[in-house]
Amino acid sequence: MSLKTYREAINEALRQEMEANDRVIVIGEDVAGGAGGSAGGAEAAGGVMGITAGLATKFGRDRVIDTPITESAIIGMAAGAALTGMRPVAELMFADFIGVCLDQIYNQAAKFRYMFGGKARTPLVVRTMIGAGMGAGPQHSQAIYPILTMIPGLKVIVPSNAYDAKGLLIQAIRDDDPVIFCEHKGLLGDSCEVPDEPYTIPFGKAAITRKGDALTLVGMSRMVKHCNEVADRMKKDGIDIEVIDIRTTSPLDAATILESVKKTGRLVVVDEANPMCSVASEISSIVASDAFDYLDAPIKKVTAPHTPVPASPTLEALYLPTPAKIELVVRELLDY
Amino acid sequence: MRTIREFEERLHQEFQSGTVPGFLHLYSGQEAIAVGICEQLEDHRDYIGSTHRGHGHCIAKGVDVKAMMKEIYCKKNGVCGGKGGSMHIADLDKGMLGANAIVGGAPPLALGAALTAKTLKTGGVAVPFIGDGAANQGTVAESMNMAAVLKLPMVFMFENNGYAEFTAASYATAGSIEARAKAYDIPAVTVDGADFFAVYEASREAIERARNGGGPSAIEAKAYRFWGHFAGDPQRYRAPNETKELRENHDCLKHFAARVTQAALLDQAEMDAIDVEVMQLIEDAVIEAKADDQPDPQSLYNDVYVSYN
Repeated sequence: MSLKTYREAINEALRQEMEANDRVIVIGEDVAGGAGGSAGGAEAAGGVMGITAGLATKFGRDRVIDTPITESAIIGMAAGAALTGMRPVAELMFADFIGVCLDQIYNQAAKFRYMFGGKARTPLVVRTMIGAGMGAGPQHSQAIYPILTMIPGLKVIVPSNAYDAKGLLIQAIRDDDPVIFCEHKGLLGDSCEVPDEPYTIPFGKAAITRKGDALTLVGMSRMVKHCNEVADRMKKDGIDIEVIDIRTTSPLDAATILESVKKTGRLVVVDEANPMCSVASEISSIVASDAFDYLDAPIKKVTAPHTPVPASPTLEALYLPTPAKIELVVRELLDY
Repeated sequence: MRTIREFEERLHQEFQSGTVPGFLHLYSGQEAIAVGICEQLEDHRDYIGSTHRGHGHCIAKGVDVKAMMKEIYCKKNGVCGGKGGSMHIADLDKGMLGANAIVGGAPPLALGAALTAKTLKTGGVAVPFIGDGAANQGTVAESMNMAAVLKLPMVFMFENNGYAEFTAASYATAGSIEARAKAYDIPAVTVDGADFFAVYEASREAIERARNGGGPSAIEAKAYRFWGHFAGDPQRYRAPNETKELRENHDCLKHFAARVTQAALLDQAEMDAIDVEVMQLIEDAVIEAKADDQPDPQSLYNDVYVSYN
């Protein structure tokens, strides 16, 4: 056990799974970095954010494969390799680029097991980066996971911390279905205690990160950090907020959320994605359907507005949910 | 080739009677292409990726004809349990990665099968079948580039049957498909798709190159589509005598029969015996498909996720 960043935890998960199983390969743009360059093919990058750094040196370029910038071919190739016996981890640099290769994800990989009568296994992991907060503008900042969550046949993972990132990624690599693993670029440098040995965290099991009975705060990805901050601040006022990190949007652990709401009677869902047809709206719908009698107040969502992500840091700050905005809604609901 | 032809011609009849659900895209006329290359592929280490016009590819790669027929009827014992239907037949045990209802969907998947073969050093080859319409999809360009860059063991089999749905290739395809492959430094040839021997020979060379580490090749087979884009297509885009002319002068089965009898490889009686056997197989397949059960209602929910017990 030692302090590791989210970036290091992901790198370690990849390294340990590649050591354990030589069918695990990494495919993507610049995942080794420097292929064919004038430096003689030295490992120059490790992906745009350095997450795969060191893997090419350790495992060779036959297992850490730099590709042309051609997302349909990358994801399709990874899906085909998964279908024929490999366990590929494809890096889709930014989740925003999913439009380019969505066909290969939702018409191909997500459908194989079902439309081939249960006989296909597609142990494919697509690692991709989500999230605003860096001034990267409308095409490099989206939290696009609701689009993927609504597709049957995909599992969608949204880790909020380094410990979960490692355990969930190892689970993803060992899983026999296509998994979309959404890394938040705003969390890459955050650290926490992470075991050195490999371990897994099952999908569809939410984590209760703060115990409480006044209100249930459900978050995902980077928003969990904000939710915890709000709960810690309110605890000083003697108010115990329960925080649930759903960890995976599909499968979704509705049971833990319902159990908590039955105890607290109040729900706020915090989601960085746009609000329409989102994970936040799905959770709200489930609770409204299955725990209506327990509610003491309306369900509230704190999300981005229904706009693209602006590049201006001033506007982007207004776009993103913040601990202050969450606290405001929480206090309003407690007074309801 | 005869099995594919009878399978397709019979399906056309059955479709008109209203017993076949969904869409049906028939392969009649193009048999020599599927058989010419698949004859040289092995079940376990070689893969094909197919198209929405995929029955011929499936049969040529050895998928069970009766299970296919049941699948097209969307029945319980179909090769995909009735969940795939005509456009999504797959049998991984036979190296058949799936018919693919998305135009241009298969080439990236075939890249993956070729990457597996290269990584595990199986000596296997992956063959995506690509229509002239799909040739214009970005996925095909991406796949040719990727295959060439990674030197993957592949044969890109382009079947140019002259029409992408209803629009002529002469209108929609700029330049030539062969030249496009060559632009990626991929060796490419054009052959007559009604000539089994020409397809076989070009495929033999390409497969050998792939197995020996020589990377991808491309073949453009000029193909002849006897039916419309789908069963029921009124084909107003074709001149009235066009399909008649194709059936008379570009029938790969007639061509094959002439060649083998001339060379005294098979006599008429032997070919007739094959035809009788095929007719019986197709008859049985249709009878069994119609009699097969509907899928279990519970199977609607199966096979979406692995269960975590």
